Order: sequence, then structure tokens, then C-alpha cells
Amino acid sequence: MKISTIQELLDAEVICCEEDLSRHVYSACGSDMMSDVLAYVKDQAVLLTGLVNSQVVRTAEMMDMNCIVFVRSKMPTAEMVELAKESNIVIMATKKRMYEACGILYSNGLVGNRVKSV
Amino acid sequence: MSEALTFHFDVDGADFTSAGQASVQVKKNLRLLGISPDIIRRVSIAMYEGEINMVIHAGGGEADVTVTEEEIVISLRDHGPGIKDIDQAMQEGFSTASDRIRTLGFGAGMGLPNMKRYTDHMEIRSELGKGTDITMRVNLK
Ligand SMILES: Nc1ncnc2c1ncn2[C@@H]1O[C@H](COP(=O)(O)OP(=O)(O)OP(=O)(O)O)[C@@H](O)[C@H]1O
Ligand SMILES: [Mg+2]
Repeated sequence: MKISTIQELLDAEVICCEEDLSRHVYSACGSDMMSDVLAYVKDQAVLLTGLVNSQVVRTAEMMDMNCIVFVRSKMPTAEMVELAKESNIVIMATKKRMYEACGILYSNGLVGNRVKSV
Repeated sequence: MSEALTFHFDVDGADFTSAGQASVQVKKNLRLLGISPDIIRRVSIAMYEGEINMVIHAGGGEADVTVTEEEIVISLRDHGPGIKDIDQAMQEGFSTASDRIRTLGFGAGMGLPNMKRYTDHMEIRSELGKGTDITMRVNLK
């Protein structure tokens, strides 16, 4: 799924790295616990979270993720945006809640279980 | 690359926001060395988990990453409270993290299991009241 499609489906506001909206993601992960996110490596995944601090961006960076969606209208800090820009990670914010946002992406074909074994 | 390369980091225990910076730097360094992306990801996730643990459980510490032709060795040392029961700490879901730590997104009890899963070898030495030493190895060959 294109990152721009995620933005449309979730009616999200793009906060940074708009130039990367044409990139693709193939799986998704929704969690507020970063070590849960770090437990399963997926290629080119999007992270949906309600947690707002710098570790969210670092976690995405460690996982080579290229998009973070903040749910429930959470807004990243300026410092987080800088970190995301350095790593070309698209950040967007949606008003939808976690359950709904994940459900919309899942039912539009973005599955969560493309787990890569390590 | 015929000689071993070592990167050293001091991990500040007082600053949660900057935690993970050493792992980010390691990731950059390994990229410059031309290490494969899969290996880089495994090393940096394992180190990141260890670095966060040093910050949230042990008040900071030190990290060294050594790269040879055969392997990448990550060693982490802290002078925190130590781990009472290592077998228990290694179980998925076991955590002593406070509610405050949980609101910061950590405390799922997945860090040590992740470190073990992403590396080829992991050894933990810990003494109560003295600190914790963790060595992780990822094979390059
Ligand atoms: N460096 C350390 N010093 C002291 N105790 C530690 C250290 N690392 C881990 N522990 C102990 O082991 C437990 C399990 O660690 P682990 O990393 O698996 O989970 P966590 O840090 O609690 O949560 P998560 O990693 O999922 O955010 C911790 O809750 C803590 O009690
Ligand atoms: Mg941990």
C-alpha cells in the first residue's frame, strides 16, 4: 500500500517527509509498547501508535520503518520531527483511534502478519 | 577490514529522551562499513534494547561494539541494581518497570527476549547491588 493511500484512508495530516508519500509499505504494527514493536521484524512497515516521545522515532528507525501514524490526534514534538527527517520517516497524525485506524488499514488489504523470521 | 574496530559509548542514565543515541550511531557506522542491512537491523535492535534497559533500570552505563571479520560483539556494562533472577528476567512478559516507565512505552518485558532472539549468542552476568554485564554476538560468517 502506498503511504499516500494510508493518509487518505485515515484522513491524516502529514507532519513531515511529504516527498516520501509515494513509497510503499507492506505491513503494519499498532502498539504503545516499543519492545512489542521491536519483537517482530517486518519489511517496510508502518507503525501506528498513541505514544508520543523520541523513542517512537528511534524504534521506527531501528526497524527500518518508513512511516509513523500517531492516532487520537497526538502530535509529535519538534525534536521528534527532526529525528524523523534525518531518517526519512513520514510522520502523520489522524483523529481516529487505534482500533479504528488499524481496522481501516487491515480491511483495505494492509495485513499485519508478514513476519520475517530472523 | 583486517583489524578489529571498536566503538565506545557512555550511556547517560539521566536522560530518557536521548536514550538510544548510541544505537543510532552504531547503525550509521555499520552502514559505512558495508555490513548487510539484515545484520545491521539485528545488531541495532539488540543494542537499542540493551541501551534502554541501562537507562530505565540501571541509571546508565557503557557500551562497546567491536567489529571483526567474523562477528560483531556488543558489550554493555552498568553499575545498577543488578538482576535478581536472570532466568525469570529472560521470560517474555516479565518486567519490574514502574507505571511511569510504562507510560513512556517500555516495560512489556520483551527487551531481553528480543536481545536473545536477534543475536547468535548472549551472555548475562549480574550481581545484586553491583551491576550487570551483557555480551551479545552476531556472526558475520
Ligand atoms: N541493566 C539492567 N539492570 C537491572 N535490571 C535489569 C536490567 N536489564 C533488565 N533488567 C530487569 O529485567 C527485567 C526484564 O527486562 P526486559 O528488557 O526484558 O523488560 P523491560 O525492560 O521491563 O520491558 P521492555 O524491554 O519490554 O520495555 C526488567 O524489568 C528489569 O527488572
Ligand atoms: Mg527492556
